[in-house]
Amino acid sequence: MNQREKEEYLREYGILKSQGKPFFPYAVAKDAAMACVVMACIITMSLVLGAELGSKANPTTTTYVPRPEWYFFFLFEVLRVVKPPSLVPLATIGVPTLGMILLFLLPFYDRSPERRPERRPIATITGIVVIAAMAFLTYSGANAGSPTAIEMATPPAVLKAGGTTLATYEAGKLAVAQTGCLACHKIGENGNDGPGPQLTHIGARLPRQGIARTLVNPTAPMPSFRNLPPQKFNAVVEFLSQLK
Amino acid sequence: MPKLPAPPVPAPLKAPPARPGEGNGKVAPVDHGRNAGVAVVDWVDERTSLSGGARWLMFRKVPKGTNWFYTLGSATMFAFLSQAVTGVFLAMYYRPDPSGGAYESIRHVTNEVFLGQFVRGMHKWGSSVMVILVFLHMGRTFFFGAYKYPRELNWVIGVVLLILTMLMSFTGYLLPFDQRAYWATIVGTNINGTGPLLGPYLSDFLRAGPEFGATTLSRFYAIHMLLVPGAIAALIGAHLYLVTKLGTTAPPWLKAEKDPELRKAEA
Ligand code: HEM
Repeated sequence: MNQREKEEYLREYGILKSQGKPFFPYAVAKDAAMACVVMACIITMSLVLGAELGSKANPTTTTYVPRPEWYFFFLFEVLRVVKPPSLVPLATIGVPTLGMILLFLLPFYDRSPERRPERRPIATITGIVVIAAMAFLTYSGANAGSPTAIEMATPPAVLKAGGTTLATYEAGKLAVAQTGCLACHKIGENGNDGPGPQLTHIGARLPRQGIARTLVNPTAPMPSFRNLPPQKFNAVVEFLSQLK
Repeated sequence: MPKLPAPPVPAPLKAPPARPGEGNGKVAPVDHGRNAGVAVVDWVDERTSLSGGARWLMFRKVPKGTNWFYTLGSATMFAFLSQAVTGVFLAMYYRPDPSGGAYESIRHVTNEVFLGQFVRGMHKWGSSVMVILVFLHMGRTFFFGAYKYPRELNWVIGVVLLILTMLMSFTGYLLPFDQRAYWATIVGTNINGTGPLLGPYLSDFLRAGPEFGATTLSRFYAIHMLLVPGAIAALIGAHLYLVTKLGTTAPPWLKAEKDPELRKAEA
């Protein structure tokens, strides 16, 4: 806005303001009504939804799937979708930081005097797209697993067997994700390709006993997993041997 | 002393003027009682001159066409006040002790203290309500172009308030110290640590060291209940000062009608 536009705005605004109503009691009454709605919402939510308390924090568990408060789901979703570790900082820190900087500087790069949303198509469309993107990411983040989860289709044979086979498979999948195998191995679309070999078809290359032996006596730098609880260990072996 | 102009109270609420003959005689004790409020206000005002400021704040005009979208800012402020009040009650019971005390104190509040779960629920859900309201308010000012001249600085203060609000919910999430709280915070601080330049320092500052340790919880607690709320309260003050000083925007599609006087003069 140049000097003329500024003065024009101030003059126009001065007239509109002088034709308005006093803040007290007119705006105060509206604000008070809104405050009552806000308090009613908070009280109702507290009464209906309560305040749960999970089990006590235990730093030694490795099976807990972390979940943030819902309004951080969009960040969480970005972390989950972006798998290559070199890009993770860019996605989780870079994008929000850039967003914040753009938000901070908004009045300094959008300097046109126009205020009506329909006459500022770039700003309005950008705003709507950003809101839609955040809503979408929040929604899919709400329905997603942990950033360390493995996402792949369960083999039909396992699905058909059902029962304990399926349960062990799922337990093994979770255990593999949380034991840190993905740091060095790629499984399907998940994890890093190297330094370890891909495990996507490990079940076709190694028999069950072979997998178990490798887990107990691996070649360096892979650590040994002989200290996993037996049940978890079996689940891991079962899961890996199904990867064909 | 100069007389203050009468506030624009709607006619039905105005006190009727005294009838002739009434109250002209001796001042009865009842009259003293009736005037006690005014007398106290007068006494304070004579020493502080606050009434000018109060009038400046309350009896300014809001432009024509101001609608319900304009209540979102004050609604956010009410959500913040609700958080402050319920937070004070929670702080009366809370112990920032990671070796079990924190969890135990929250369990005590939730299960044993009278209305404890209710107040904790209000604080917990109030945080969601406040976050939603901040975003709605920001959306309103964005789509109405309210960040433009002369309100740029108020937008910048608003963005800081937004970040501080998110920081409140991040630090508050850890305090119950259950599994959910603990693991989400581990992930959160780790994400933070991957940031460029300041990232590792920031997460070291949050954790009070390179690892999640014994003092992390009390650090989060201090940030959550002293540092950030203080900053938010101060910035809301600055935000409202600017709102009052500059006036709230008129809805963008409103055009000022020409002053009737001017129109007459032109004709
Ligand atoms: C704790 C958070 C906040 C509180 C308590 C708050 C409070 C308020 C209040 C009471 C108003 C008066 C007009 C109205 O209610 O719409 C206002 C105006 C304004 N706020 Fe906020 N606000 C907050 C956050 C923000 C944020 C996040 C932004 C944007 C990034 C923002 C930008 C503005 C602007 C530009 C105005 C002037 C609007 C106008 O004149 O029409 N505020 N704020």
